[in-house]
Amino acid sequence: MAETPLPYSEKVMDHFRNPRNVGVMENPSGVGKVGNAVCGDVMELFIKVENDIIIDTRFRTFGCGAAIATSSMVTELVKGKTLDEALKISNKAVAEALGGLPPIKMHCSVLAEEALKSAIDDYRKKQTEPK
Amino acid sequence: MKTMERIYLDYAATTPCHPEAVKAMQPYFYDKFGNASSIYSFGQEAKAALEESRQRVADFIGARPEEIVFTSGASESNNAALKGVAFALRGKGNRIITSVIEHHAIGEPCKFLAKEGFEIIILPVDKDGLVDPDAVQKALNDKTILVSIMHANNEIGTIQPIAEIGRICREKGVLFHTDAVQAVGHLPTLVSELNVDMLSSSGHKFYGPKGVGFLYIRRGTKIKPLIQGGDQERRFRAGTENVAGIVGLAKAVEIAASEMEAEGKQLIQLRDALIQGILKAVPDSRLNGHPAQRLPNNVNISFAYVEGESMLLNLDLEGIAASTGSACTSSSLEPSSVLLAIGLPAETAHGSIRFTLGKWTARAQVDRVLDIFPKIVAKLRVMSPLYPGDKNG
Repeated sequence: MAETPLPYSEKVMDHFRNPRNVGVMENPSGVGKVGNAVCGDVMELFIKVENDIIIDTRFRTFGCGAAIATSSMVTELVKGKTLDEALKISNKAVAEALGGLPPIKMHCSVLAEEALKSAIDDYRKKQTEPK
Repeated sequence: MKTMERIYLDYAATTPCHPEAVKAMQPYFYDKFGNASSIYSFGQEAKAALEESRQRVADFIGARPEEIVFTSGASESNNAALKGVAFALRGKGNRIITSVIEHHAIGEPCKFLAKEGFEIIILPVDKDGLVDPDAVQKALNDKTILVSIMHANNEIGTIQPIAEIGRICREKGVLFHTDAVQAVGHLPTLVSELNVDMLSSSGHKFYGPKGVGFLYIRRGTKIKPLIQGGDQERRFRAGTENVAGIVGLAKAVEIAASEMEAEGKQLIQLRDALIQGILKAVPDSRLNGHPAQRLPNNVNISFAYVEGESMLLNLDLEGIAASTGSACTSSSLEPSSVLLAIGLPAETAHGSIRFTLGKWTARAQVDRVLDIFPKIVAKLRVMSPLYPGDKNG
């Protein structure tokens, strides 16, 4: 059992302690669910889209402190952005917004980026489906 | 902000050094700093302290003083035992038998020895973490040179049937080593009762200082030294002796000899209060490790739908120190191999917390954990996409 101290930044701890936009969204425009419980990380991201703009977000995450903080941060970063702008948010941008992540935790930010892409993908698919 | 009382519940990781041990060590840093190998008085007073300490440790485990080798701790003791026997008995055979739940300080030397051509047999454990003595018996063949099974597991607290495994090995004339890091100073560890040929221990797991431990080597055991150089420790372990550390370890042994029994009884009460309290307050939780054949201070529980590090961080925010079997505090990203070995699915292993209690754990501290911890799990479950919701609500 490792007892390694985790050098999390104040921002990470802030988002871990008080995660923004937690929960399930009623009638979301798009949902992305990524990760694997066996690996210890699952992220579920909900977006509400109007006129190509993400107007609201929610998330649920099973995972470590960094996984929760990156999910929380990505829900904040994309709010008010157009879908194309949101797609440009990289995992590095999420990590930077949190004041950095320990190297072994960078995969959590990758997961956050994937969850976002997956939610936008889901929304766009629904748009092209015949109603 | 109000200052918060910090609660340390990670005694299996390390214990505070007992103030009496600190006091006993003090003179050996400056006043009695001599090298125990020197013939003048500075050296001889260090030598006297060293030998008195050796006698005390030997008495404690029912050994002879010349069977005790002081080391830098259990990792060194384990490496010395495994590699020392392997290379001494290479001509006789190449099979070494161990278990799947050993500490890395056994597992990694075994991997090294496997690359050197030894055949390492890794025995499984049952759902409670027990090694089956019959499995040891069946794994023994005429090429077997060593069996190494830990006394008590550091993660799940399961105590192995060491005496029985030892008896089986001795009947076959095969050397038996036990990593007794979690047992020495907490459980009776008389080598004659355990039927062991070698036993590893570390001072900082029972209120001694860090960086010092010992290896018991039964008289007549064929073994080669790991660290070569000077004539210290009967030429088995070169290097100027850590006299202050050894004196501190001996003091910790002396304290354990008088306090361990009563402390064990006290800890079992606290342990069971914590286990029962958590299992009752938190649905979908389970105890890991043997319910009865268990270290007096070990609590290891898995919680479905939540991850260990996030529980650990929330506990830390409340000033409570514990440990987890989750991947997320290790660099490997693999959950605890011990928890997988007892049959937990990986996602459950990720959601495990270990509390280990000790000499200075108070009932009020246990109560505070029982008050705070279920709320932490509930908060994380609400955030978890795996959580199906409150079945009772």
